[in-house]
Amino acid sequence: MISLNDFLIVGAVLFCIGLYMIVSKHNAIQILIGIELMLNAAILNLVAFGKYDRLNNGGQLFALFAIVLAAATTAVALAIILNVYRQYKTIDPGKIDQLKD
Amino acid sequence: MSLAQILFYVMGFIALASALFVAGTKNLVRCIFMFFITLFALAGLYVLALADFVAITQIVIYVGGILVLILFAFMLSGKETLNAMAQQRSKFISISKLPALLLAGLFLIVLLNVLFKVDADNLLWIKKSIRTNNEILPDAEMTQNIGINLMTKYLLPFEAISILLMIALIGAAHLSRKETRA
Repeated sequence: MISLNDFLIVGAVLFCIGLYMIVSKHNAIQILIGIELMLNAAILNLVAFGKYDRLNNGGQLFALFAIVLAAATTAVALAIILNVYRQYKTIDPGKIDQLKD
Repeated sequence: MSLAQILFYVMGFIALASALFVAGTKNLVRCIFMFFITLFALAGLYVLALADFVAITQIVIYVGGILVLILFAFMLSGKETLNAMAQQRSKFISISKLPALLLAGLFLIVLLNVLFKVDADNLLWIKKSIRTNNEILPDAEMTQNIGINLMTKYLLPFEAISILLMIALIGAAHLSRKETRA
């Protein structure tokens, strides 16, 4: 059987890659991808632990909830990114430093 | 070493390697398509954790929905972003990326330390779950159980998330609407 530790290690590495992307990238879309990587690492942990809960399925169900939440968040975030692009003609978060007027 | 273990290592390697490529590449289009591969490999890992329903949902929602959305946003905000990235390339990169690398590396060390200290395979509740036969076995059919639990035990989170989904939908539609003359 695959040990639980292996899943957790893969999750931890994915989480750190996501963290690196969020801190270092100069593009809002890539930062969003970093957030998705971190969410996926969390979902992987939920699913790996959910294997030991046959009756209630807590882990798998909350993994499903997290996936749906990620979809909702992404839709709103992308709408915001498009609006920001329309306003500033750039999506570098470091250059967006003004309010609307 | 069983076949499942070999598959796990292959999938894990693909997921981590493509995620590293996503983090390292300068080309945004390649970045998005490699993210696609990361998501597929993660769905494979979910299957190996005996969560086939979650794996299918992952493919349908992430690959079918989120990735297409990201591609849309990229195409609609296209040329300027590419120019900005091209300018970045000419700068000296490794110094400006060093703090981020340091942060991620140190965080990884902390996380791995915690994982090895916890030693998840010997946790009390996991041992108990195996002893009381509460572990999912490879030939179990979980989809029916998930459906029943979703409609009984987890009905409140289910309703809450449906309301939140509707709020997000209306919000996204409102945000991305063309600005009329104020």
